[in-house]
Amino acid sequence: MGNLVSWGRSPWGESVLIHISWDLFWAALVGGLLFLLAHGGYMLFSQHHKRDSSDVDRLEAERRGLPANITRHGFVARMFHWVMAFSMLALLLTAFLPIVGVKFAWVQWHWMAGILLTASVMFHIVHATFVLDFWSIWVGPKDIPEFKAEMLREVGIDAPGPKPGKYPLGNRLYHLAVLVAGLAVIATGILMMWRVRTDLVERNPYMLTDATWGITYVVHGLMGVGFVGLVIAHIYFALRPEKLWVTKSMIFGTITRRQYLEHHDPDRWVADKPGPN
Amino acid sequence: MPPIRDVMPAFELFQPASVGDALGILDRHGADAWVMAGGMDTFDWLKDRIRKPKVVVDLGMVDELRGIKDASGGLEIGAMTTLTTVANNPLVKERFPLLAEAALIVASPQIRNQGTVGGNVSQDARCWYYRAGWPCYRAGGNICYADTPTAVNREHAIFNADRCVAVNPSDTAPALIALDAEFVIKSGSAERVVPARQFFIGPGIDITKLTVLQPGDLLTAIRIPAAWAGKAHYFEKVRDRMVWDFALVNIAASLNMSGTTITDARMVVNGVAAEPYRLDAVEAAIKGKPRDKATADLAADLAVQGAVPLRHNAYKIPLVKALVRRAIRGEAEWATS
Repeated sequence: MGNLVSWGRSPWGESVLIHISWDLFWAALVGGLLFLLAHGGYMLFSQHHKRDSSDVDRLEAERRGLPANITRHGFVARMFHWVMAFSMLALLLTAFLPIVGVKFAWVQWHWMAGILLTASVMFHIVHATFVLDFWSIWVGPKDIPEFKAEMLREVGIDAPGPKPGKYPLGNRLYHLAVLVAGLAVIATGILMMWRVRTDLVERNPYMLTDATWGITYVVHGLMGVGFVGLVIAHIYFALRPEKLWVTKSMIFGTITRRQYLEHHDPDRWVADKPGPN
Repeated sequence: MPPIRDVMPAFELFQPASVGDALGILDRHGADAWVMAGGMDTFDWLKDRIRKPKVVVDLGMVDELRGIKDASGGLEIGAMTTLTTVANNPLVKERFPLLAEAALIVASPQIRNQGTVGGNVSQDARCWYYRAGWPCYRAGGNICYADTPTAVNREHAIFNADRCVAVNPSDTAPALIALDAEFVIKSGSAERVVPARQFFIGPGIDITKLTVLQPGDLLTAIRIPAAWAGKAHYFEKVRDRMVWDFALVNIAASLNMSGTTITDARMVVNGVAAEPYRLDAVEAAIKGKPRDKATADLAADLAVQGAVPLRHNAYKIPLVKALVRRAIRGEAEWATS
């Protein structure tokens, strides 16, 4: 941990954690961009295997009752996504622009964006629990066959394993990473509100011990730089040509019947039934 | 106060004889280099062993950084000009007595003989928690020890605190802002001229610095335009004792008068924020008004809007109000004579 975190000496002579080394920000940035280049290069030459056209034709014939456009993300879910995306970008920009040399009074914008993120995530938890199909986004041991099949398809083999339900495995793994990092950054960020002046809480920097504050700052920083890589990956995949149909569905809410049958397992995501989406 | 250890850490000392040589050294050593003017701030840091630069660049041999010369009715003052020289220079006293008065009231005669105007505006914060070497925000840490329920913060900020509540301690800085001065900064072969107000930065912008100076930068001169030469002015410094002390609050004002009417004004207080705090609302409000009690009262109320006192420094609010009133009315100039 020597150079990954910054240490200070408290007035009582104790070594205390201060925050992460900002070199980690550069590492996350470079790592994210390298992943982007590596994946982009791989996709240029890979034999990624999609469902055969004839297979999709057969499914369309079998499921004539499906509507032409299928709702993938309802209005409320889309609103949450874009509010969260806005707040996340605002958080990253206000946190890291000063580190790369763009100086401005960032703290109040940062905590206000943090409040927005917290509120949107709280709303999402309630909405996902009581309105959406809660378990559709989670991953577990049951997904191992899908994982194997997806890996084989990535290298060009027409694997017989299950197709994704509503969310592809990559989506669900990403959601899990964002969930862990997001809840950690929110929890530590809320604690840090007691270190700055706001009208929301009464400032009390002695609420925690120096050691606990140090851990709070380090966790906040680690998750923050983690989000640099996660956001780079997310924007990259959202802009990839073969994923644009997903991105459009996050804007307009629907996908076509053919996209539904091509990319999803209609038995695992039953879209022709009225219900949560 | 930390224990004074007196023996400075080892460093490589450079004593360039020209600005070009100094810039070359600063360029070569970047963030490892520490620029020393009169040494009044530097030696505290070094003797307390809080700062341990690898390289110290002593500007004491650079004669071209000293002196005061006419500049189209204004003045150009070399950054290494001592405060005593500034305070006693006939041109400064004739054209900009506001600056002469501010320089004359810095610290003590000995310090003014050694301290420079460039050093006075570039000096670091005097918050004792920070100067003690504790890991506060200003030192790159994650706490302000002066803004806690038990902190001793009588001398700290009432305006624009952003995590750190340290204040700018300079006496000449508010005067130079009130005179619309410009700071000449050289770096390598480049030169930039920064308005005095923009030379100083608050913790929101960069919590570890009080000025825009970056590694490799050298403040070479301060230019004061002729615009405020010979205009009405006011400077007052309130401190705990009448010598060798930093301001609890000071005020510098330039007033352009037409008869008894204020046609334009600059009003700056220091010791209340991390950068000299210009009273924009006051300046706008008093334009076109007479220099009387009603205007002074209006200005006093405006001056403290937005002030947020700490546990022990609420007295600064009535103090700022009183100083603004006096500046408008031109009273109590005895304080600086």
